[in-house]
Amino acid sequence: MTAVNVATARAGEQEIVQGTSLWRDAWRRLLRNRLAVFGMIVVAIVVVGSLIGPPIIELTTGYTYDYIPPDSALVGSFPPFTAPGGSFSWAHPMGTDDAGRDLLARVMLGGRISMMVGIISTLVSLLIGVSYGATAGFIGGHLDAVMMRIVDVLYAIPYIMIVIVLLAFFGGQTPIGQLFLLFIGLGAVSWLTMARIVRGQVISLKNHEFVLAARASGTRTFKIIFRHLVPNTLGPVIVYATLTIPQVMLLEAFLSFLGLGVQAPLASWGSLAADGVKNIAVFPWQLICPGVTMALALFSLNFIGDGLRDALDPQMRKFNA
Amino acid sequence: MLRFVIPRLLITVPMVLVVVSLTWGLIRLAPGNFYTGEKVLPPAIEQNIREKYGLDQPWYVQYGRMLANTVRGDFGNSLRYQDQTVNEILRASLPVSASIGLAAYLLALAVGLGVGIVSAVRQNTRVDYAAMGFAMVGISLPNFVLGPILVLAFALSLYWLPPARWEGFFSLHTILPVITLSLVYMAYIARLSRSGMLEVLRSNYIRTAEAKGLTQRAVVVRHGLRGGLLPVVSFSGPALALLIGGTVVVERIFALPGLGQYFINANLNRDEPLIIGIVAFISIAVLLFNLVVDIAYAFLDPRVRY
Repeated sequence: MTAVNVATARAGEQEIVQGTSLWRDAWRRLLRNRLAVFGMIVVAIVVVGSLIGPPIIELTTGYTYDYIPPDSALVGSFPPFTAPGGSFSWAHPMGTDDAGRDLLARVMLGGRISMMVGIISTLVSLLIGVSYGATAGFIGGHLDAVMMRIVDVLYAIPYIMIVIVLLAFFGGQTPIGQLFLLFIGLGAVSWLTMARIVRGQVISLKNHEFVLAARASGTRTFKIIFRHLVPNTLGPVIVYATLTIPQVMLLEAFLSFLGLGVQAPLASWGSLAADGVKNIAVFPWQLICPGVTMALALFSLNFIGDGLRDALDPQMRKFNA
Repeated sequence: MLRFVIPRLLITVPMVLVVVSLTWGLIRLAPGNFYTGEKVLPPAIEQNIREKYGLDQPWYVQYGRMLANTVRGDFGNSLRYQDQTVNEILRASLPVSASIGLAAYLLALAVGLGVGIVSAVRQNTRVDYAAMGFAMVGISLPNFVLGPILVLAFALSLYWLPPARWEGFFSLHTILPVITLSLVYMAYIARLSRSGMLEVLRSNYIRTAEAKGLTQRAVVVRHGLRGGLLPVVSFSGPALALLIGGTVVVERIFALPGLGQYFINANLNRDEPLIIGIVAFISIAVLLFNLVVDIAYAFLDPRVRY
């Protein structure tokens, strides 16, 4: 090996060593986790499928999620799930529903709505949980004691009943209004654990020198919390937010299944499953297709969350099973 | 111990009142009421009914009476189910939900603990991977998908079990609902007991027990289990809240006349006394159960003292 080669090899090594930040390190660990990679691939397929799927179907077969063709016929899904009344056709890989609408297009649209509810509700819970937890943790003392006691109390409340009351009494006006109600209702009940995690992080961070430095240079408390402390809690926050998304999606599906969530003409995986259950004995694919798609997506999201936790913060295991 | 239990019991009362007030406030702030339905009553009759139920009085009088009713545990008549009081409905529907829920929880505990312990003892073997894979499926598969699939397989295709209806707890009809309800908890308990056991099995006192020459079975059962159970016990509190959501769905799928069915219908019918009654009852149950869980925790973990 010549001297030049050794030098470039050294330079290369140095580059790698310098480049290994916390995030790149975590990313490498994540990619080594086969289940997490599987999860990322499935989620990517589902996301891309629901984003570009409906226009493609519309262009090729003319079906949209709520288009009922005049000559509509019941089409069954792939074998074991073909049933009387319809044989399998590649025009409708998931079959049609009892009104003759293409189920694949509806499942893709349902995915859009389900993921939108999952992500936006998680953002709402993130907003509440992070500001609440960071404020309690940083200010401390009596305020902290009172704020965290409130969280303890809220933990013990069967919040799902309150959400049901909220949706049943305020919902049902317009489909879009119902969606906003879901964002707020689901976000408002899933911030508690986030607040606890952020508070714990902030308490362990607030005595570091950089906080003292910020304070010495005259930074206001608000700015110290949100500009200096919160960014440092990002690791656990990202991990927990990733695990919150499937939980919220499950909750939304549960509410939609009961007829309190997403309303027609919009559809989510939960409401599609609710429609499918009615015909379970005759047209089983109407439940199986949206149900299994949803289970697969949640399964993958949970694996990503688990993988992120192992990669970013192994300490988190005690908060979540 | 009493110094811990008594304040917790006392604080239950205001907490239930807070939950009930929140529910009442939501109901009253919402547009419309029980009488704004498809069938419009003649104004004179509606006026009479409002007087009978005290709905013509100012809101603070009605609110005060609702709180007093809650404290006395007498929620009055249901608006929808005529000549039935809320308490009668609770008495009739509670055994259905409670027996299904308890059976599901016990099943989940038995299977989940077994699976969790075995996969902790055989960490990173095929058994462990398979068990944890199934646990992840259990967490991700919504019960409203699982339930109908079980019905399709065991009731509508194989004809082994009846698909729905309530025929008393001790009948074939309860098997599918209990399995549907328990799968999620089974999965959670398996994951929790596995991680709890893994942590315990690495600790010093386990090494001491092994060094004494005890068999693996004795080490795991006599020394490890107690510590490994702790996360499962602390999960029991949130589990009850989750179980309530689960029973709502399962009762819908299997047409069981339980509390959850009544709660959903009461919400759709705007049956205020019934909603308040069920919310108050469930809140009390959840709060008392959480207290029991905390006491059980203190018995299992000698480091916790109240």
